[in-house]
Amino acid sequence: MPSSSAYDISSLLEAFPHSVMILDESFQIVTMNRLMEAMTGYAARTVLGVHGELVVRSNTGNSRGQIYIEVIKTGEAVSVKGDILTYYRRKVPIQLTVSALKSAQGMIRGLMVVIEDISASENIKGAEVHNKQTAELIGYSPKMQKVFDMIPILGQTDASVLITGETGTGKDKVAEILHKKSGRARFPFVKINCGALPLDLLESELFGHTKGAFTGATRNKPGMFKLADKGTLFLTEIGDMPLPLQVKLLSVLDDRQFVPVGGEDKISVDVRIIAATHRSLRDQVRKGQFREDLYYRLHVLHLHIPPLREREGDVQYLLDHFLQKYAKALGKTIVGFAPNALQHVLNYSYPGNVRELSNIVEYAVNMCKKKKVNTEQLPPYLLENERNAPLSGSPEEQSSSDPQEEILPKVTPLDNGGRQNWEDIERQMIIDTLKQTRGNKTKASQVLGWGRMTLWRKMQKYEL
Amino acid sequence: MRKLLVPIQGDYVAPRFDLATEILILRFEKGTKDGDPRTIILERPSDEALCQMVVEEHVTDLICGGIDEVHYNFLVWKKVNVMDAVIGSWRQAVEKVLNGELKQGEILSDKSDNLRL
Repeated sequence: MPSSSAYDISSLLEAFPHSVMILDESFQIVTMNRLMEAMTGYAARTVLGVHGELVVRSNTGNSRGQIYIEVIKTGEAVSVKGDILTYYRRKVPIQLTVSALKSAQGMIRGLMVVIEDISASENIKGAEVHNKQTAELIGYSPKMQKVFDMIPILGQTDASVLITGETGTGKDKVAEILHKKSGRARFPFVKINCGALPLDLLESELFGHTKGAFTGATRNKPGMFKLADKGTLFLTEIGDMPLPLQVKLLSVLDDRQFVPVGGEDKISVDVRIIAATHRSLRDQVRKGQFREDLYYRLHVLHLHIPPLREREGDVQYLLDHFLQKYAKALGKTIVGFAPNALQHVLNYSYPGNVRELSNIVEYAVNMCKKKKVNTEQLPPYLLENERNAPLSGSPEEQSSSDPQEEILPKVTPLDNGGRQNWEDIERQMIIDTLKQTRGNKTKASQVLGWGRMTLWRKMQKYEL
Repeated sequence: MRKLLVPIQGDYVAPRFDLATEILILRFEKGTKDGDPRTIILERPSDEALCQMVVEEHVTDLICGGIDEVHYNFLVWKKVNVMDAVIGSWRQAVEKVLNGELKQGEILSDKSDNLRL
């Protein structure tokens, strides 16, 4: 590689957020950025012309430059996890990515080695506790606990996942977390709403098009499948996908290949599919609106996010969370809800689930000028609905003679004084359940949807 | 009489102590080799096994590439003179040790194309 081009790219490399070095065709170091100097402990000027492997001393299977040779041979980038030993005798967990540097004529002229320090994520993995919450997903109810338990398992497989749940339950968030917890985490997470675009546009968005494929196609477009290569493609509102496209999607899932709109050559991709819908796909299949074969193809793993009305006790916790979040964002010092207002927000059924709850709290925080949110500062429709007809998301609740009783969380007794924190609620929940099961901890843990150890730990915590 | 151990890879000092599968042992005294160096092929790479070998063989000097803090400290505690983070040809490194010139972290400038990694 000519030294002049190395000089040109040196400043470019400084803009990279990771450690980067450039090797020539014989794998000797041409240049490296400051982050690479910091990572390896060697100053760039001292190691120019040294074989890359001798400086980036990794255990990633690059002995005798095997990875470098593979990239030179195939032209395909290779990415592997491992660690490096630095000059300062530290072992640092890394993700090593080696890609080919090609000339304008397509000749491989060298390699780019990128090192990402993954020690932070590795530490988190080691200390991860799933009994509370995962990333930005919040909930303590037994049903959400089951979701949290499922997430790491689903994250580790490569099979398609179907996420179902009412609108506003957090399907998108769960999909993103699944991606982040998978081996594909460092590759793209691409989301597309299958219900938001007309058939032709959706096809072009998903599979891309070639120049001249249709009027206005003035250039080649890669499409979401190509953009998500090696990563995850999240198809939200899959139930609204037009039938003709469902055939093409099924074919991609089976063959991992597709032809862009107006194209001739097949493109191979390695993409994990996560699909989500608020509809019942089984009903859609029955009505002939969704292909049965695609349904079974997507339904390899299924995760159902419960609606908020079924998440006992989580409303209180989410109210606290969003109140703090919005109060902080708006620079207000709101400490909570006044008893009356709290009664209203706890009794509401939240057909729009967490999204609606978040919006209600945001409205209240905006309106509130005191330390506590009063009834007057809640959205008027909330009080209106409570006075008139109860809102509920499920037919079961609509048929209930007294929906408010159904909706009220079983174990959120309000003290007369005002707010209770979650610990009090959870403690009461355990006591109630133990009473029900006459002190049988095994049965109580089953009722609560926890493991026996979780129940035991919580009993210790609450000194029961 | 001093005893030098160098984990090697091809013509180079092995980049990592814990991944080396070939080692070179050499006796020397006052800058002069005492006999031919021995090379030993290890069954599998292991920093623990190498440390044990250093102790059992009464090695006094070690040249290596990357080594982690724990094993470095252990060897220093065992009074081994460890010159780590050395990059370059092991022959050149050995020569420099014999002459008392090799320094920790030294990058040996022999960039001969004939060297095999």
